[in-house]
Amino acid sequence: METREPREPLTGAGGLSVLDVVVSFGGIRALEGVSVEVSPGEVLGVIGPNGAGKTTLFNVICGFVRPQSGTLSWGGKPLTGVHPARLASLGIARTLQGVGLFGGLTVLENVMVGAQRFRRARLPLAMLGLPWSDADERRLRDRALVALGRLGCEDVVDRLPGTLPYAVQKRVALARALACEPELLMLDEPAGGLDARELSELGDLIGSVGSSVAVMLVDHHMDFVVSVCDRLVVLDFGRVIADGDPSTVRQDPRVLEAYLGREAVQDDALRSGGAEDAHA
Amino acid sequence: MTSKLVGVFRGSTLLRSLAIVLVAGVVLIVVTDSVSSYRNLQIAYGAYYFCVLAGLTVLAGASGQISLGQGAFMAVGGYTFAKLNASPVGWSVFPSLSGAVAASILIGIPVGVAASRLRGPYLAGATLAFAVGLPALADKFPAFFGGENGLIVNPPIAPPWLGANFQLERWEAWVACAGALVVVFVLYNLTHSAVGRSWRAVRDGEIAASLSGLRVGRQQALAFTISASCAGLGGGLLAAVTQVASPGAFPLQLSLTLLAGVVIGGLGSLAGAVWGAALLVFLPNWTTDIAGSFSLSSNVSHNLPIAVYGLVLIVAMLVWPSGIQGGVRVIKRGAGSAIRSRRGRGSAEPATAASEATEPIADEEMNASHP
Repeated sequence: METREPREPLTGAGGLSVLDVVVSFGGIRALEGVSVEVSPGEVLGVIGPNGAGKTTLFNVICGFVRPQSGTLSWGGKPLTGVHPARLASLGIARTLQGVGLFGGLTVLENVMVGAQRFRRARLPLAMLGLPWSDADERRLRDRALVALGRLGCEDVVDRLPGTLPYAVQKRVALARALACEPELLMLDEPAGGLDARELSELGDLIGSVGSSVAVMLVDHHMDFVVSVCDRLVVLDFGRVIADGDPSTVRQDPRVLEAYLGREAVQDDALRSGGAEDAHA
Repeated sequence: MTSKLVGVFRGSTLLRSLAIVLVAGVVLIVVTDSVSSYRNLQIAYGAYYFCVLAGLTVLAGASGQISLGQGAFMAVGGYTFAKLNASPVGWSVFPSLSGAVAASILIGIPVGVAASRLRGPYLAGATLAFAVGLPALADKFPAFFGGENGLIVNPPIAPPWLGANFQLERWEAWVACAGALVVVFVLYNLTHSAVGRSWRAVRDGEIAASLSGLRVGRQQALAFTISASCAGLGGGLLAAVTQVASPGAFPLQLSLTLLAGVVIGGLGSLAGAVWGAALLVFLPNWTTDIAGSFSLSSNVSHNLPIAVYGLVLIVAMLVWPSGIQGGVRVIKRGAGSAIRSRRGRGSAEPATAASEATEPIADEEMNASHP
């Protein structure tokens, strides 16, 4: 079943490179030699059935889970063992499953926290309330307002997230990630709980983040993933079983088998090869 | 022109905090000038309680950590003050107070780092152990800490330019209020800066905060240390005002009543800390008076204040879950909407005030009415 040859890590150029990463929890192997690359300007979708290791892969990249072996590099520099709190300053932003907003902070404050990598004033200045600290706050505020404006959330800046509709909260969460001006944007189930119109808005938005930004997203919504992503990586039982452009990947017999089971595939492949309804 | 000035004022944290300190300072000077020396002493008590409560309310309200060990940091401040103020060192009041703050910061950092690894009941337990254990050190080294009797502190002497007849109690009130105003200044600035926002972000979501580049443990340790320094200042002021630093001045019960005072006053708001301080000063007096008027036995009357704290805490939580300051906000809003609806042409909706009262309150001060 070994279908892919080991890749060379990206050298020099920007982008994320995950090479032969192995993670096991107790006796369970969550990732078995996974290699994934994302380049600037590319939208990569990571899909796979439940328990395939998608979120574990995200957690490895973000430093929440340490791989037993394998290497990570970002922009040509090693990323293995980097503390999660350093990611923002390295230009990596991630949204969480659900919304993950700070419930006691207003929308504006939430997004200002996201922009805090650009903060310059230090503790003593803040303690004395000096003008440098205020100027810094104004800069963060402006950045946050730009990010919120980009997502059409200007009208709700002073509200608490809990008082807003779910879809708006998801936009705020995305604004918080964009406020740190990431070069790698990691989206964990961005489409969850959104209706068709909101999905198409989200798709446009992901398409517009810019040619210098690499996007990596995990989602179950197959239509959305296929329409938004330039490339798909399919995980199953901690292994990469397919990697390529969306139309090829969705026809791949191994992918269909992983999603639908062997017999279902035989029935289904006769039809349009649709994995649309395969919500894992 | 005036609108421009208002804009500058609104945009400057420094001007706003200075204005609060200035107004409060003038009020306190006027009040301390017009009341009896006994009342001045009570103001001094209230001021040192306020220092501790303000630090604790920021810790618990903004950063979401709990501490049952503030009494121990008060002890650190109190003993440091007594040592620095006494003969071998012989520093005057304000340098000794700075020393008390420095000592509580030095002890606060390691305790805060340890605290940042603990959550909920474990944090409460660890800080409780600290409150129990630290004052006991005074018994271990009686030659240095004066054992059960503690250290005697000389009364602070008012500077001569205030006149020969300047009352001691009034000067004590001034010293304690000066400390409280420094606390107001620092905590107001901090909670209205990126630092306060970072604390609240960490409180509401550690993973999301860390993905935004915040070091969760560091933020929590910082909040803990700042709260410890406020408690140290409060303890130093206690020693200066009561003229003694002894284990009996910092019992475990003190730490518990401090937490109760913060909760009753209104978690996370500096105004709430004022209510809490007033409660800590006046409640024991009232209960003692009540106990006296019923001619209860000393066993009952000595324990009555504690029982009343418990009762007030329960009642306050039932009536005003967000503390006295939360209640004040509800009343303010209710009055505001009543005035608005009276001014408006249409018939006033009686439900407005009530429905607003039941809404979750977004604390205007530091947003700390955290469910």
